[in-house]
Amino acid sequence: MTSEELLQIAEEANADREASDFEVNVCVALGCLSQHSDKLKDTLTAEAAAASPRTGKRCHVRGTGCMGLCAAGPLVRVGSAADAGAQTLYAGVREGDVKALIESLGGKPVERLTAHLDQYFRGQIPIVLENSGYIDPEKIDEYIGRDGYQALIKALTEMSPQTVIEQISKSGLRGRGGGGYPTGLKWSTVAKAVGAQKYVICNADEGDPGAFMDRSVLESDPQRVIEGMAIAGYAVGASKGYIYVRAEYPLAVTRMTSSLRDARRRGLLGNNICGTTFAFDIEIRLGAGAFVCGEETALIASIEGLRGQPRPRPPYPAVSGLWGSPTLINNVETFANVAPIIRKGAEWYASIGTEKSKGTKVFALTGKITNTGLVEIPMGMPLREIIFGIGGGVPNGRKFKAVQTGGPSGGCIPEEHLDLPISYEALIDVGSMMGSGGMIVMDDTSCMVNVARFFMEFCMTESCGKCIPCRAGTAQMYQLLTKICDGKASHADLDLLIDLCDVVKNTSLCGLGMTAPNPVLSTLRYFKHEYMEHIDHQHCRAGVCACGSKPLSELSQAEVPA
Amino acid sequence: MSETAGKTASKIKVATVWLDGCSGCHMSFLDMDERLLELGSQFDLVYSPLVDFKVYPERVDVALVEGAISSVEDEHKIHNIRKHTKFLIAMGDCAVTGNVPSMRNPFGPEAILDRAYEQNVATQAQIPCVIVPALLEKVRPVHEFVKVDMYLPGCPPSADTFYTVLSDLLAGRTPDVASLTRFGA
Amino acid sequence: MSAPVDVKTLVIDGVNVSGSAGQTVLEVARENNISIPTLCHLDGLSEVGACRMCLVEVKNSPKLFPSCVLKVEEGMEVTTASDRLKHYRQTILELFFAERNHICSVCVANGHCELQSTAQSQGLTHVRLPYRNPKLDVDASHERFVLDHNRCILCTRCVRVCAEIEGAHVWDIMGRGIDSMLIADLHQPWGESSCTRCGKCVQVCPTGALSEKSKFGAEHPKHPEFLPYLNMMREGQ
Repeated sequence: MTSEELLQIAEEANADREASDFEVNVCVALGCLSQHSDKLKDTLTAEAAAASPRTGKRCHVRGTGCMGLCAAGPLVRVGSAADAGAQTLYAGVREGDVKALIESLGGKPVERLTAHLDQYFRGQIPIVLENSGYIDPEKIDEYIGRDGYQALIKALTEMSPQTVIEQISKSGLRGRGGGGYPTGLKWSTVAKAVGAQKYVICNADEGDPGAFMDRSVLESDPQRVIEGMAIAGYAVGASKGYIYVRAEYPLAVTRMTSSLRDARRRGLLGNNICGTTFAFDIEIRLGAGAFVCGEETALIASIEGLRGQPRPRPPYPAVSGLWGSPTLINNVETFANVAPIIRKGAEWYASIGTEKSKGTKVFALTGKITNTGLVEIPMGMPLREIIFGIGGGVPNGRKFKAVQTGGPSGGCIPEEHLDLPISYEALIDVGSMMGSGGMIVMDDTSCMVNVARFFMEFCMTESCGKCIPCRAGTAQMYQLLTKICDGKASHADLDLLIDLCDVVKNTSLCGLGMTAPNPVLSTLRYFKHEYMEHIDHQHCRAGVCACGSKPLSELSQAEVPA
Repeated sequence: MSETAGKTASKIKVATVWLDGCSGCHMSFLDMDERLLELGSQFDLVYSPLVDFKVYPERVDVALVEGAISSVEDEHKIHNIRKHTKFLIAMGDCAVTGNVPSMRNPFGPEAILDRAYEQNVATQAQIPCVIVPALLEKVRPVHEFVKVDMYLPGCPPSADTFYTVLSDLLAGRTPDVASLTRFGA
Repeated sequence: MSAPVDVKTLVIDGVNVSGSAGQTVLEVARENNISIPTLCHLDGLSEVGACRMCLVEVKNSPKLFPSCVLKVEEGMEVTTASDRLKHYRQTILELFFAERNHICSVCVANGHCELQSTAQSQGLTHVRLPYRNPKLDVDASHERFVLDHNRCILCTRCVRVCAEIEGAHVWDIMGRGIDSMLIADLHQPWGESSCTRCGKCVQVCPTGALSEKSKFGAEHPKHPEFLPYLNMMREGQ
């Protein structure tokens, strides 16, 4: 494969695409699939074929990846094949709408199905998701048709590994798995590490409650991840890659498996890639449902066939990782950012975002929010704009209470910090963290103590049990939180809880334990009055806890702040 | 005369209490032997299974509590003791950790009563329901119910431990308990 | 003549000490009679850094490090005892005691238990946390030994000695988090497992979780110190 050949494939793919007069793109990623968009696609195909002789127009029905607004599925985007930008997005399309939808091609859009989502898409900058919803994820040529693999060929034929790393460093890209470690620095550490064999691992063990960014990328644009990994392999000197994906993502696994096969057939994986001496191949490894395997040393142990438990660092995987070899581990979204950076240049990427947090971030907006789904926003966008602009705010006229980011390692951010521009540092400053991109919006029907208890239960059941602070500490904290929710706790219990937070945070072996107290600490920081109401008055203002809630008249105003 | 009376009045009032324990701590306390005489001259034993006072006094300076809290009666007693005591010492592992009495906790009181009064009884098997106080769901150490001022672990704490701790306390020193005794000692 | 490059000088608790590259802070501290408490560490076995007792402070780092796996570095300044560390160690011990049913007074290891003696040396006189009191089994199916889950602290010394020294790998951990449990083979009764009856696991067990049948308290001292000699002799071959 040379760049000329690649160009030819791209041209053929695009010519193929434009040979149709119209195209009908049906989202077949998991969100819409759960509403039977696969059947909808079949019906659309049959209807389009039946209508074609009558109208004389050729219509191509394509199954695509995620279009973002999962709550409004199944999503279908139709219009002229030549101008994807001018297509109409339909939401909540059912089998009964198929006839009207096909009839309308070339005419007036079906008004009752049209999704009016200017607000939702305004402000979003799709980089990671640029192909999601536009290509058939199972067709490598469609990916190539949208500039796919140009970055790999450019890296292999025009750039030294050193230059690639320089570009990644200059772009300011940071780990999208949560920690925000500078990607370029990680790559250069692995590149410098001594070892005959090196590995590249893609961490697709996404497990935060409410997070589905990585799943969507794997389902919607798998080739982009493969390309990113291959570029990383070239940059750090690795010939072997692993994608560690959780078994709970069967569709992602299926699409990734077929995509790896297609990439090998096109000569984009394997030996002598693009006629160079570079050899790289990728295998899939399935996770068995343990959240802790998202921690890099536990993930490595799991790939090695061992019990998925973390080990103390140092040594870091960059020096001694998989089977003792230098290993680069990045998350799905990080790898998905690599190809555009190489293709368009570090300066372009670095021009997006804030001073220390560059580029875009994909968030999964869930909870009490009108527009549930995936959004990709430039770093630096205020939380308020994401939640009330793009997200459409809190539905049913309820009052916004907090937004939870960072999963079980993160925290709850109250209204007063909503004007915070999103960045790694800013989120940590307010007691939360970027995390992998879960963003759970809560309204006044959520009890913050109960929320903290939920996340503590998650950490308790997901603790691997290796180190005592996390194993027994989370269980003790969960017990104490339950006691508070039940209205049976004393002030001494709260003091003990706060003390345990400190101990578990500072003495645990891995990130899971170190961050497990965060949901408690952040809710204590902003919603301590809710804790006190449970303890002093057996009152849960949201009315969800076992202690029940009391009418305001029974609570003295002085003791209960609003 | 008045001087002697004054001395008597200022003597420290000590109580010892026996809740859910085997009385081994009290036995060990008595094992101080002749040293008891020396210490005994410095305090008044105002309440104890070793003497014949029936009612816990209004004002006690130091109480040594043996035993865990296992029944509603224990619970009632410990709150009363705390109310009338300045300095409360959890004496021995049962009071400090729950120890042997707490070994029933994983099974629950019903299973224990069933085992003791139904399965292991040859005639007239029945679970007592009067006079005997109801068991708590779990046996707990004293500090889970009331504030404890000093912990004296050990099963039992040795006579030497008692002697050193009491001598120190009477002399106004804070004993280094951990260097003297331990869980299970 | 320049000094050999593999010697590192560092400061532990204000004392200037030296160690060779690759040595851990724990090793060097103990060579210099600076005591750091440990439970999962045992000379002769691989390190897991799981019990967190040996955490130490390193100057200019907000993080604490387990000294059993922390390699000495030139110019390092280590603190092994501070109020903060003391509080953390005591709380960790409390977590151990509250996790399962450690009834010292009636334990086979009473007087020979590292959990018990560490609690004493760390000044722990009571446990603030509520005891969890889980219902756990005792496996007495083995003809010579007993496994009492009530006393297990999941230090995995037995797992490691069986896999690394005996080479049998009978022991392992099942489940996760608070439900983690030591198992023989694929969760078979110990007596029906592939156990070679060597008894090493019993000797290295820091508590009364693994014991010899019909031995109690004073009759049951354990001798984990055989391991380094065994390793030395093996390496000498």
